Amino acid sequence: MLDITNVHKTFFAGTVNERVALKEINLSLTPGEFVTVIGSNGAGKSTVLNITSGKLRPDTGTVRIDGNDVTKLADHQRAKFIGRVFQDPMAGTSPDMTIEQNMSMAYERGKTRGLGPGVTKKKREFFQEELKSLELGLENRLKAKVGLLSGGQRQALSLLMATFSSPKILLLDEHTAALDPQRADLVSRLTAEVVERHQLTTLMVTHNMEQALRLGSRLIMMHEGRIILDIGQEQKRKTTVQDLLHEFEKIKGGALDDRTMLQ
Amino acid sequence: MIVAVELGLIYAIMALGVYLTFRILNFPDLTVDGSFTTGAAVASIMIINGFSPVVSTIAAFGAGLVAGWITGILHTKGKINGLLAGILTMIALYSINLRIMGRANLPLLREETLITPLRDAGLLGTAMAVVVFSLFALAVKFVIDWFLHTDVGLAMQATGDNEEMIRSFGVSTDRMKILGLALSNGLVGLCGALIAQYQGFADIGMGIGLILAGLASVIIGQAIFGSRLIIIASLAVVLGSVLYRVVIQLALQAGLNPNDMKLISAVLVVTALVLPQWKFFKRIGGLANMRKSLTGAGAKG
Repeated sequence: MLDITNVHKTFFAGTVNERVALKEINLSLTPGEFVTVIGSNGAGKSTVLNITSGKLRPDTGTVRIDGNDVTKLADHQRAKFIGRVFQDPMAGTSPDMTIEQNMSMAYERGKTRGLGPGVTKKKREFFQEELKSLELGLENRLKAKVGLLSGGQRQALSLLMATFSSPKILLLDEHTAALDPQRADLVSRLTAEVVERHQLTTLMVTHNMEQALRLGSRLIMMHEGRIILDIGQEQKRKTTVQDLLHEFEKIKGGALDDRTMLQ
Repeated sequence: MIVAVELGLIYAIMALGVYLTFRILNFPDLTVDGSFTTGAAVASIMIINGFSPVVSTIAAFGAGLVAGWITGILHTKGKINGLLAGILTMIALYSINLRIMGRANLPLLREETLITPLRDAGLLGTAMAVVVFSLFALAVKFVIDWFLHTDVGLAMQATGDNEEMIRSFGVSTDRMKILGLALSNGLVGLCGALIAQYQGFADIGMGIGLILAGLASVIIGQAIFGSRLIIIASLAVVLGSVLYRVVIQLALQAGLNPNDMKLISAVLVVTALVLPQWKFFKRIGGLANMRKSLTGAGAKG
């Protein structure tokens, strides 16, 4: 469903700030696969996501979604394939517009927009049904401005807006990181439900190892622009946070060894 | 005083254009000063050359569209700062307007214009003319209300509100900005054409400082009449425009020099921008709203 092939990305190439973000990354997701991505800061997790969404273009390599080469398409041009939820709860919705208007814009994702009314009776009924699944009572507040909602509510709404039109790929960028633990749990639970319901191919970046183990069918760990661990469902079930921490230690140790060797 | 109301209602069309860019797209567009005169110039020269006033006025709308489109292209494709893009188009239009007009002033006094029927019937300056101009301004207002609630309109609102989000839903924000700037300046051009016909001449300097009148109408109108919903916000713009002209008229009647009007307008807008930042005024509800409507921090209409 998603194929990232030989992707290389360097920031600020040719300057003193030059930083290699991705080194010849290869990653393939089969339809319905739910991959969680962990790694320390600067490991390249977000870059993988941004390369997929089109916010960044790779220096070399290709990105394919469902067989279509999207490498050269701008973010809005590949939006018809991709649903996204951002880390910042403010980023995924338009605060000065109403819930139903926001949902209406999401509903038209990737379609050609015309001069028909943005919100129709039929759409409104559909939105109400969808909002009920969140169990936050938002179905009765269709005409409320989204800016009036709490961070957790906005993030739940963003998740719904990113998924209810069944995208080929769902991208989640630390989408629970900015929420308090209770809200984060709620959004994580909704994520599992919605991915299950629509059978979405999902790529989720997270800092939370426990969450990375609990959610999804496959886990990858990144370090310095490389994928250094890739485990499937079976092995993931047996893995604990301690094991992952141990893996991290090993890499750090390994890096140290390399340097020691050079000296 | 009725003349001021009439003028306010005609200028409301320009103010609605400014509302589209300044509030909906969050883009301070200075093209207005040039495109207003362009509209007046195109309509006047066409009327003088025997075209019907209706066709000439529609052509003025088209000329405004093109002017706004150019600013949009400069800003999005040329990646030029929005303010500068507007200034560049505005300055360039000064020469183009002179080319269109052939000289600095075009009188329309003996020509058949859209206003002629009203003038011949002796209705100008009466309640009847106010009704006619109100209907026209409200018609434009309702078209904008309708447009902003279509799928494209929602995408345009979101472009000014949360660009990254609407891009993630597949909308080219560049295209939305270009479209919004074109529509806005189309309305400004249309307004220029009507003003030229109303006052009986087009003048190369008639657009100078007009953006201030537009901003003042939007800001004052929304501070007083609110901006919670689009239908209210756009009505507030129309009323703000009338109010602005009435205030100017009162100032003139009080004996102020007409040459000082631009300075007074500027001081008015600066006051409206600065006062609400002071603690003392923050406690006054209406001014807090004004502050919101100025910074876009609060509910946008």
